[in-house]
Amino acid sequence: MSSFVPSTSLLLAMLVATGAAAQSADGTFSSNQRFVPKNGEVLYRSICQGCHMPDAKGAVGAGKFPALARNEKLEANGYPVFVVLNGLRGMPGFGLYLDDEQVAAVVNYVRSHFGNNYRDNVSAGDVKAAR
Amino acid sequence: MSDSEQHGTSRRDLLKLIGTVAGSAAMYQAMTSLGVAAESPYSGPIKLEGDPKGASVLILGAGLAGLVAALELRKAGYKVQLLEYADRIGGRCWTLRGGDRYTELGGFEQQCAFDKGLYLNPGPWRIPYHHHAMLDYCKRFGVALEPFVQVNYNAYLHSHRAFAGKPQRLRHVLSDFNGHVAELLGKAVSQNKLDEMVTQEDKEILLAALRRWGALNRDYTYAANGFTSDRRGYERDPGGGLAGAPTVSQPVGLGDLLKSGLWRHLATGNIYEFHTTLFQPVGGMDMIAKALARELQGLVQLDAKVTSIKQDAQRVTVTYQNSKSGGDVRTASADWCICTIPLSILSQIDINVGNEMASAISAVPYDASCKIGLQFKRRFWEQDDAIYGGISYTDLPISLIGYPNTGYSDAGKAVLLGAYTFGPYAYELTALPPAERVKRAVAWGAEIHPQYEAEFENGIAVGWHRVPGVQGCYGLWSEETRKAHYKNLCQIDGRIALAGEHASYLPAWQEGAVLSALDTISRLHQRVVASR
Repeated sequence: MSSFVPSTSLLLAMLVATGAAAQSADGTFSSNQRFVPKNGEVLYRSICQGCHMPDAKGAVGAGKFPALARNEKLEANGYPVFVVLNGLRGMPGFGLYLDDEQVAAVVNYVRSHFGNNYRDNVSAGDVKAAR
Repeated sequence: MSDSEQHGTSRRDLLKLIGTVAGSAAMYQAMTSLGVAAESPYSGPIKLEGDPKGASVLILGAGLAGLVAALELRKAGYKVQLLEYADRIGGRCWTLRGGDRYTELGGFEQQCAFDKGLYLNPGPWRIPYHHHAMLDYCKRFGVALEPFVQVNYNAYLHSHRAFAGKPQRLRHVLSDFNGHVAELLGKAVSQNKLDEMVTQEDKEILLAALRRWGALNRDYTYAANGFTSDRRGYERDPGGGLAGAPTVSQPVGLGDLLKSGLWRHLATGNIYEFHTTLFQPVGGMDMIAKALARELQGLVQLDAKVTSIKQDAQRVTVTYQNSKSGGDVRTASADWCICTIPLSILSQIDINVGNEMASAISAVPYDASCKIGLQFKRRFWEQDDAIYGGISYTDLPISLIGYPNTGYSDAGKAVLLGAYTFGPYAYELTALPPAERVKRAVAWGAEIHPQYEAEFENGIAVGWHRVPGVQGCYGLWSEETRKAHYKNLCQIDGRIALAGEHASYLPAWQEGAVLSALDTISRLHQRVVASR
């Protein structure tokens, strides 16, 4: 943070500046323009757990990252789709970085793991409609 | 214009001359370039005139915004008190050194094992010359600065998909790109292909300019010769005596350059914020926070986690707990409150402000970023590659390598910035355990500097979403959110006012935090003085 970070225009330039690099067997770290993995679990491991933690139990500091494990707010499947696409308060949206299939995959993974047992999967079409 | 042309002519005469000859637009341009017309939002040390008559201000957050607000308000006669979540002063103005322990969210702990004198600035690391407030505070508080090298012509541009993964020197890519473009344009102009766009009079000037800019021959070709080697460097540099004859170097072809994508990095140093001269504090960025805090001893309560902020017609009352041990809820109160808590955190705290400010507080997401410091046994980048400071850029997930801009030619160990990322790579790095981030940064960096493998000793990695006091790198405004919420964020709400980089047009820059604090306290002071 350079700014420790520079202007938005520079950030865009930096995003454009980075190409595809097949660096990991699981397909992570392969593009800085979009996330590449398609699998819900791999997407969780390469994005969400940075904040919501590997066990999805969240973390507490000056504020907190909410637990996704056993989270009743995930019951309505449109809610996590909306949050992943648009972000919520300090959380950035991932709509620009993930396609519809990826959003559906990661939402379905979280809603069916970590003590969540919601069976009504979302489809790429649902995500598209929510954009 | 050259010095000789300016000699004997006053600036006013010169401007008058330019105005007469070339019209007002040219005069304005000349004025700007002479430093007359460009306005700085910082006009020197703040003057808060008028007696606050013992008014008190509670400041939340001891980063640069909070520290500056506290110092200036105290000087103006206020009673000030600061609460800080972390166990250190400075916020994102932060330096990690050997012996420091850093525990990120999730409990992942790292022990910094750098040698004495070596450090990583996980947050801000450079100060542009036009960040006047930062430079003035450094000057006033005795913080020694040294040059931060942004552009190093001998550093590398690297793509793992171009030139068989071999890093290229910036001077080669820059000179050759400019030269080839100048050649194309020179030929087009000289063959009258751009006549509709260039007047006959301008054509001759343009051709002369292109030859000089691109190091072209008389026939507008960019080729291997002394002229181009004076730009890109020689195959064998000029020496002395009988064996001193230089060998010119061969430019890279235009097609290879275009396909390499390395041109993407050429404009970086042209960005206003990265123009020479930039600075860094000697010894680490937190020297600034430490210098400011020296005058606030006894006024900062560390380890104070704010849990609510409530105002009524008379006062602001804040509840807080010990950040580490929890325990009893304590309260602090004052007539006024300046809150510099990052919006990522503040949006989770119970605060009674109006709907407009509340909506603004919740409207700003915090960007991802990751920085990794790596210690090596020796300065191989200097010793083997002749890279003294500056930055190499790559399309690998580390994004760049920042070389130390100090201690040149030291024979001992050194720390470089082994990764500084935004976007998906930053999220992916943050999602890894710290040791794995370091391991991968070493493996990727070794593609540019093979010496990494033999020389690496230890590293430390900071993914900003896991920094407990901020949960992100900086407030990421969009045009839409700024239009809808920025003013509401900056307005004083009753007895509460916000400050920080998030309340500025300089996101993530320390200058933004300081200018925001100065603007906020000016407006608050006016209100206080008017009400008493």
